[in-house]
Amino acid sequence: MNELLIEFLGGFTKTNQWSAILPEIMLGVLALALLGAEMALPKNKQTLIPRLAIWGQVIVLLVVIGCVGWCNVGESEYFSGLIIQNDMTQIMRAFFLVSSIVVCYLGQIYLSKQSLPKTEFYALVLIIAAAMMLLVQSANFVMLFVALETVTVAFYVLVAYSRTSQFSLESGLKYLILGALSSGILLFGIVLLYGIAGSPELMGSSRDSLNYNELANFITLNTNNLIGVDNMIVKIGALLVVAGICFKIGAVPFQIWVPDVYQGAPTPVTAYLAVASKAAGFIVLIQLLHGPFISLKEFLVPVLSVIAAATILFGNVAAVTQRNVKRLMGLSGIAHAGYLLVGVIASLYVPWAVYAVIFYLVTYLLATFAVFGVMSLAADADDANQELDHYENFARKRPFLGGVLVCGLGSLAGIPPLGGFIGKLFLFVAAFQAGLYGLLGISVLGVVISIYYYFGWIRECYFSAPSIEVVDDASCSATLADRILLGALVVATVVIGLLPAALPIIR
Amino acid sequence: MRALSVFGFGLPLVIGIMLYGLFDPSLAGEYNFELRLPTGLESIGIYLHLGLNGISMPLFLLAGMVGLAAGLYAMNSKAERLHLYLALLLFMLGGLMGTFASIDVFFFYFFHEFALIPTFLMIGIWGGAGRRVAAIEMTIYLTLGALLSLLGLIALYVQSGVDSFSLLELRNYLSAQALTETVQNNIFALLLFGFGILVSLFPFHSWAPKGYAVAPTGAAMLHAGVLKKFGLYGLLQIAAPLLPSGAEHWFPWIVWLALGNIILIGLVTMAQKDLKMMLGYSSVMHMGYAFLGIACFSVVGVGGALLMMVAHGLSVALLFMLSTCVYHRSQTFDLSSMGGLATKAPVLAGFFVAATMASIGLPGFGNFWGEFTIFVALAETDMTKWIVAPAAIGIVISAIYGLRAVSNIFFGQAKESFKERLESGQITDLQPFEKLPACLLIGGLLLTGIFPRIISDDANRELAVLYPQEQSNLPIIESVILPAEADAPKEVTH
Repeated sequence: MNELLIEFLGGFTKTNQWSAILPEIMLGVLALALLGAEMALPKNKQTLIPRLAIWGQVIVLLVVIGCVGWCNVGESEYFSGLIIQNDMTQIMRAFFLVSSIVVCYLGQIYLSKQSLPKTEFYALVLIIAAAMMLLVQSANFVMLFVALETVTVAFYVLVAYSRTSQFSLESGLKYLILGALSSGILLFGIVLLYGIAGSPELMGSSRDSLNYNELANFITLNTNNLIGVDNMIVKIGALLVVAGICFKIGAVPFQIWVPDVYQGAPTPVTAYLAVASKAAGFIVLIQLLHGPFISLKEFLVPVLSVIAAATILFGNVAAVTQRNVKRLMGLSGIAHAGYLLVGVIASLYVPWAVYAVIFYLVTYLLATFAVFGVMSLAADADDANQELDHYENFARKRPFLGGVLVCGLGSLAGIPPLGGFIGKLFLFVAAFQAGLYGLLGISVLGVVISIYYYFGWIRECYFSAPSIEVVDDASCSATLADRILLGALVVATVVIGLLPAALPIIR
Repeated sequence: MRALSVFGFGLPLVIGIMLYGLFDPSLAGEYNFELRLPTGLESIGIYLHLGLNGISMPLFLLAGMVGLAAGLYAMNSKAERLHLYLALLLFMLGGLMGTFASIDVFFFYFFHEFALIPTFLMIGIWGGAGRRVAAIEMTIYLTLGALLSLLGLIALYVQSGVDSFSLLELRNYLSAQALTETVQNNIFALLLFGFGILVSLFPFHSWAPKGYAVAPTGAAMLHAGVLKKFGLYGLLQIAAPLLPSGAEHWFPWIVWLALGNIILIGLVTMAQKDLKMMLGYSSVMHMGYAFLGIACFSVVGVGGALLMMVAHGLSVALLFMLSTCVYHRSQTFDLSSMGGLATKAPVLAGFFVAATMASIGLPGFGNFWGEFTIFVALAETDMTKWIVAPAAIGIVISAIYGLRAVSNIFFGQAKESFKERLESGQITDLQPFEKLPACLLIGGLLLTGIFPRIISDDANRELAVLYPQEQSNLPIIESVILPAEADAPKEVTH
């Protein structure tokens, strides 16, 4: 008995290297520590909590960059194949950390205008960051599902965080119902794949058929000799899994929740959904398409192409008539998901396109946070009610924020010399090399449409009639720290646009 | 601030003239003053690769000259937030100089976009009535054109397989192994229509008159004068030499659309009652000649187009500037409610008449040589001979509307509404700050009109490399030289 236990524990320590997920553990501990600190700290010291959250994450970020390494770590497997770490996952861990740091900062601005409980917000943001970091490292469907559910459940709370606002509650309910539906679809797909890959009479069947590699082997071995129902089950399973992911990235026809939820959720949470949640979905999609579903390429590419085309067109066309800027960002985010899907499809033919997608995600992160940062500062207490009209003469009232907004929107529209242009250029080159001419045409059309609403917003800021009296609204002026953060985002956008090699992503 | 802005606007022209002096004509087919810096995008073959050749040199000088004129004029305008306006003009000028100095086609595109954004902001902030709509419409149109041409350039990059955006490498590679005909046709279509939208090729011209009508003077001068030449420059430096059979395939399209520019837009121009709209349409119309010149695919024709581009750039910038001067005196752009302005402002009238004559194509101004050379090139081949007649009608049309505008504004009886203002004594003649840029531009026009060789010598050497004779449609030269050689062996056999 004792020997058995020792043997078990020995094996346990051999396969389970906890230090590999040290940053995620640190984040979890930090989240708990915040909750503890709230109880321990006296009332007048409560402002320490957001600082603790932000600086704690900066330390975790340093750990990710310093100890675990930035690039060229090679591929290593942990926890008997539950987790795989490689270059891409390292970059994405830093990506999620940066976004959660910015979201915490924006949350501080948001919460200062509301009478809501504060600490839980940061704790949930941290837990989401940790779960997303695990999500992109998962190499097993169980790991994938658990991490994804952790993210989603925490988001249910965050979306409905402003419990006195009916918009926030409505969007929370919508996100809950549709999120649960998509989780169900995803799970159903996983179960189908698990069942068929585990049936012992089929070639290449595996007892561990939830593992990406095992599943990839099974599907590759059986693509040509599966007939009838079995073949259908594999395809339907893959399709359902992809559909579940498409919900997360907001691709048509699973985009229906996006405008309402983006409008109702607190602005920092909207930013988090728009950047990190979407990025996580794309990375998982890339991993699945390059991993287990690689042999289903011929089947999935047409489906994804139709989704990409519809997503680009829907997002752009629907955004044109929007007057609420949060809905506008949501719909334009759908369009960006479409461009990224084109990159994902291209990556099946041109391997370097994966890096084009990541590059695009980084430029998207910088630009989107710059825009949401300005929105957080410009919003009044009624967070869901941010109309384009509020931005009339904005640049005259607050020149600095106006400049930041122009850079952010310009980058999203893909105007040189900003980073977004280089991101689009890489995607287009990749799509051209992959021969996706139709999708390229639709992307160009989408970009042209997007000029209308992005520049329409800029127009609202700059070109309004100067006759309106300029009221200096001190309540939402930017502090020095705001300026440093937003300035850093803008500088990074410009630097990446002028010197793309500043990002160590492109070889 | 004044000294600093004179320095800022003057420096490019001074450098341009210095570079012109140092230009080494023996390097035809190569670039002078080459500079190649890494950007971090070496992996996909993008370098910041700058240099000038016989084709880009005149346009580089044009940008410097119009930039200085626009700057001098803008410095003394009473624009609100003048420093921001001047800064945007300088940004735009920087983008323009960069575009024409780029050997790397990626940066060629990049600098163009770089110049486009200040245009949008300037129109939106300092533009006239209806600026909000015009600014957006113009930006959407131009972005569409720019993206199409970007796709064309990417296609060129991917299909050639040379893994470099450098024009020189693309050229060397493609002259060794040309692309297949279908690929050439498709890429050329992207470039033709992409660049065509940017040059307001008929029927993609509707942004131009509206945009120019509301644009502030400096922006209109730089955009109509210089930035619009970007598309033509792209066609004659990149598209036509690299894709000869694609150009041949689209030849009828270019000709018919260019004739649309000349005749249809010419007629539309005649119908304009607003001075600025008329100028906007007339600049659209004159682009048709440049397209015709490029459509010849011969040294003469393309050289004529280049001359035309430079001269038109100078004359249209001058006209836009003078029209604002007229507006400051008459408080209206409406042609039918002016008259007799020459009695109070004779110098302004003189400049305006000269600029109008230049744009019609009177000998002595650069435009004449441009149009003349294009007609010669058209008449050289049987295939294009017939185009001369409809194109010549355009000259008549432009004479009609040009002279009518001059007579309406400056001569004859003043209209009732205008008479009072005219006689109130408020109207002064051109001020020194208006004269200086006007003299600069007129000087450039006369220089190119009297000594066109300062442009054409270097350009011809360069074009002779880009448009080798056997690929051009020049049966005349072939019939002069080739039959003699072809006949020789025949005599031997007899």
